[in-house]
Amino acid sequence: MTAQPPDTVTAQPPDTATAQPPDAAIAQPPDAAPAHPRPWALLAELTHGCPLHCPYCSNPLQLVRRSRELTCQEWDRVLRQAAELGVVHTHLSGGEPLLRRDLEPIVASAASAGLYTQLVTSGVGLDEARLTALTGAGLHSVQLSVQHADPGASDRIAGHRSFAAKERAAALVREAGLPLGVNVVLHRDNLDALDALIELAISWGADRIELANTQFYGWALRNRAALLPTRDQLARARESVARWREKLGRRTELVWVLPDYFEGVAKPCMGGWGAVSLTVAPDGTVLPCPAAAALPGLDPPNVRDHPLEWIWDHSAAFNRYRGQEWMAEPCRSCSRRAEDFGGCRCQAYALTGDAARTDPACALSPDHGLIRSLTGPAPAAEPPPAGYIYRGYGRG
Amino acid sequence: MTAPAAWRPVLAPAVRLRHDRVREVDLLVLPERVVVLRGTAGAVLRLCDGDRDLGTIVAELTERFPGAPVDTEVPAFLDRMHEEGWLR
Repeated sequence: MTAQPPDTVTAQPPDTATAQPPDAAIAQPPDAAPAHPRPWALLAELTHGCPLHCPYCSNPLQLVRRSRELTCQEWDRVLRQAAELGVVHTHLSGGEPLLRRDLEPIVASAASAGLYTQLVTSGVGLDEARLTALTGAGLHSVQLSVQHADPGASDRIAGHRSFAAKERAAALVREAGLPLGVNVVLHRDNLDALDALIELAISWGADRIELANTQFYGWALRNRAALLPTRDQLARARESVARWREKLGRRTELVWVLPDYFEGVAKPCMGGWGAVSLTVAPDGTVLPCPAAAALPGLDPPNVRDHPLEWIWDHSAAFNRYRGQEWMAEPCRSCSRRAEDFGGCRCQAYALTGDAARTDPACALSPDHGLIRSLTGPAPAAEPPPAGYIYRGYGRG
Repeated sequence: MTAPAAWRPVLAPAVRLRHDRVREVDLLVLPERVVVLRGTAGAVLRLCDGDRDLGTIVAELTERFPGAPVDTEVPAFLDRMHEEGWLR
């Protein structure tokens, strides 16, 4: 009879930051029955508007205008369809979701549909009244981004004076008794401050700290020369994470999203295409991965035209790189193909112009030289950065 | 640790116990994580309401599942859930 050991499954890919596409380290969900396994998570990008201007912004180069955004009623329908489809978690993200004045009813829709609802925010605009209203609407948890442990450096990287607001937001979330995750996108400018960043997140009361090395597509690719870390920086950071994990034990979860440019292996992007999660963009476009808007000819479906279940099961976009049929060599015969799914389609496209090629981050890829030349033992220096190209809404 | 009989286990505030109708399993849901509960794990955790103590939980389950090794397995299972931080 009784209590069999429950399997622990991290079914949550969007290790989503406000600013960084999801990525790596995902365990596979358990055996699921239907034709295509049902999705576990929905990333709801409520708006592309954002007060921050992060140089590694994960939103597509072409941003959605505010006037094209889904209405509150449309989100209600989408979130209910998601719950019926099997989605368990929803991440209300952006841009900055707090810019939506109707965020509270959207949270209420998600929570009443039975979804575990997390707000993914920069913290800008989260005052006590707003958080009380969101908690009252059923919000379950908050993920807060921070750019650096030093307030001045954090503001400089974000391109906006936001550190003080983040600190306040963290305190409010703790007072409200909600679980708090702190997310940091890591790069050359903040990797050396990793210890201070972890200390900061602990002092803010974080239950979970996500250290996400920058993934280079979209805006981050434009700033690659300024963001790409050195091998030494990464080696020190890895040691630091190992030390902290030992010290913290199970008190605080420390997530390290691999810097795939340096690993020689591709990341199991999204846990597989159309396998674990889906993203709904502000205008209702549905994507297998938040960065996939950049892929040519994908012709992504829209919730304004189709129900979510049809989109998941039958749309061409969701079936395009599903499973292994689409793979070419060296992936097709590779023993790792069921573990890394050929890596990241968006990265393959960004670097080779062909989204169906092996991810160049993999040492077995014929295109690996594109990355190795930047991160090998004697990297060919990209032109010295003159500073960041900051992200701006309306400038995309 | 060995769970004391007077312990009144209750789910940690961040943890939700729910049935997944689509996959027909019980789940523990936390931020960024889903724990799939096998067998009767969900039924055991539903009794962890902060009112019942361990002794009561074991007694109720023994009645419900006669002949099963409830008194050894259930405290060990709840202990493990406590170590994970999912039960208080």
